[in-house]
Amino acid sequence: MRWVRDNLVLLLGLAVLVYTFVPIAVVVLMSFNAPDSRLVYSFDGFTLDNWLNPCADPDLCSALGVSIRIGALATAGSTVLGTLAAFALVRHRFRGRSASNLLIFLPMATPEVVLGSSLLALFVASGLAGQLGFWTILIAHVMFCLSFVVVTVRARLAGMDDALEQAAMDLYATPAQTFWRVTFPLVLPGILAAALLSFSLSFDDFIVTNLNSGNTTTFPMYVWGVARVGIPMQVNVIGTLMFVLSIAVVIGVEVRNRRRQVPVA
Amino acid sequence: MSVEAPAPPRTPGGGRADRPARRSRRPRGSVTGYLLLAPAGIFLLAFFVVPFYSLVATSLFDPSGSDFRGYEMTYAWGNYVDVVRDYWGPLLRAMAYGAAATAACLVLGYVLAYAIAFKAGRWKNLMLVLVIAPFFTSFLIRTLSWKLILADDGFVVNTLQVLQLLGDDGRLLATPFAVIAGLTYNFLPFMVLPLYASLDKLDPRLVEASSDLYANPVAGFFKVTWPLSLPGVVSGTLLTFIPATGDYINAELLGSTNNRVIGNVIQSQFTDANNYPVAAALSVLLSVLIVVMVLVYVRRAGTEELL
Repeated sequence: MRWVRDNLVLLLGLAVLVYTFVPIAVVVLMSFNAPDSRLVYSFDGFTLDNWLNPCADPDLCSALGVSIRIGALATAGSTVLGTLAAFALVRHRFRGRSASNLLIFLPMATPEVVLGSSLLALFVASGLAGQLGFWTILIAHVMFCLSFVVVTVRARLAGMDDALEQAAMDLYATPAQTFWRVTFPLVLPGILAAALLSFSLSFDDFIVTNLNSGNTTTFPMYVWGVARVGIPMQVNVIGTLMFVLSIAVVIGVEVRNRRRQVPVA
Repeated sequence: MSVEAPAPPRTPGGGRADRPARRSRRPRGSVTGYLLLAPAGIFLLAFFVVPFYSLVATSLFDPSGSDFRGYEMTYAWGNYVDVVRDYWGPLLRAMAYGAAATAACLVLGYVLAYAIAFKAGRWKNLMLVLVIAPFFTSFLIRTLSWKLILADDGFVVNTLQVLQLLGDDGRLLATPFAVIAGLTYNFLPFMVLPLYASLDKLDPRLVEASSDLYANPVAGFFKVTWPLSLPGVVSGTLLTFIPATGDYINAELLGSTNNRVIGNVIQSQFTDANNYPVAAALSVLLSVLIVVMVLVYVRRAGTEELL
């Protein structure tokens, strides 16, 4: 009992952590479900069918394809723009810097439904109401990922020690060499983390996308649409895959960070 | 690395012979700064600032316009009166759900962040990864999973009924409880991470000092730990409250039509009813309310430097 009392906070913390995994466990379990009916949602029997035929509903996989393409492009766009801006904000002093910081901060402090409806209002006002689709979704995603990239890369840059770069310069590295051999590798973990964050934000977004999508269907929109009529179990397969993949990427980034950090420390 | 590595030749003054001295990397030429910032800045101006202006303009259009006939700018401020009259319910409900979920997140998140910062030892990084991990699975799929867990003849409801904590025809799904629980679950990491960042910086010797000075653990917590973690509490509550108030996925999937929040109304007015002025006015109203609440809250908490 004494042990329990001493570790009460840790046990409570672990309990909270377990709670966050409960829905994931259900998703994984349901990915092996053989339901009797699509409307009544309960575990009726074990099957591998869902895993073997993930595209049983072709709409699911085409929506997934749209989400992956938008996610990749939005990640590329926001990571490049955001990384450049982070360098500007940490490494340079110029007039309007605090206004720029505010401009970067505001989209993160705005509810998604406001971000989405603002963009829709703009697209409608510019006569693009009929053109809503892939490109308007992409613009929206780059917009809301951008701030998260700046914040993530900025944190990495701000925490970096100048001494290594100064040492490189002292050892006659040109500014370009210093940047590519010292600065960039040191910032890279931050950039990768930002890219991962961007992709998951884009891939997962429903509220902003739904307002600006026209007839294009992303994966979350597909899930939303079928949620009313009973979701196919393949959705849980995708959910499980997303979970496993992201864990793998996070662990990969972590291992990479550690390897990179050892010689420096 | 070898200590005997030849040092680069230096001029007596300490600067280098071949290049102008540049000991400090900042500040540098401001032109480069502007060039680096320009792409992101222009993008955000074009697709965040200008759209908000568009939204405000749309909210003042003549409400009798339509997609086909077009809208006329009549500075119809009356739109705001109309939306407050028609939709104050969903507006207040969204704020109440957001606030309740934020409070629940604060309690759960504080326990978890505290455990990670002070009790996890070498498992710290692993626990942090585990905090974020579930949230890489689609928001919608996780919310639908809660729908299953809280379902009427599900395990949770049956257990509560056996224990007589819930009436025989009582339910969890389609109640405010389910909506708030869903919001709490979905936005928990937004609370945990800033709290952890604050608590991790806290010097545990300060807590020890308080106990040396005869403070009991409870007093030590409220006089030392809690005040020092306030920056994390403030940014965590903001990061949770703002998206939770705007969210309508939980209200739609876990609630009933009695639990409609402002987000549901905005989205259906925009996409189903095509009633742009009303939807835009609601949207502007929501953001103004949130900005006002955030400013008042931050003033109160006395941590303006966060913004």
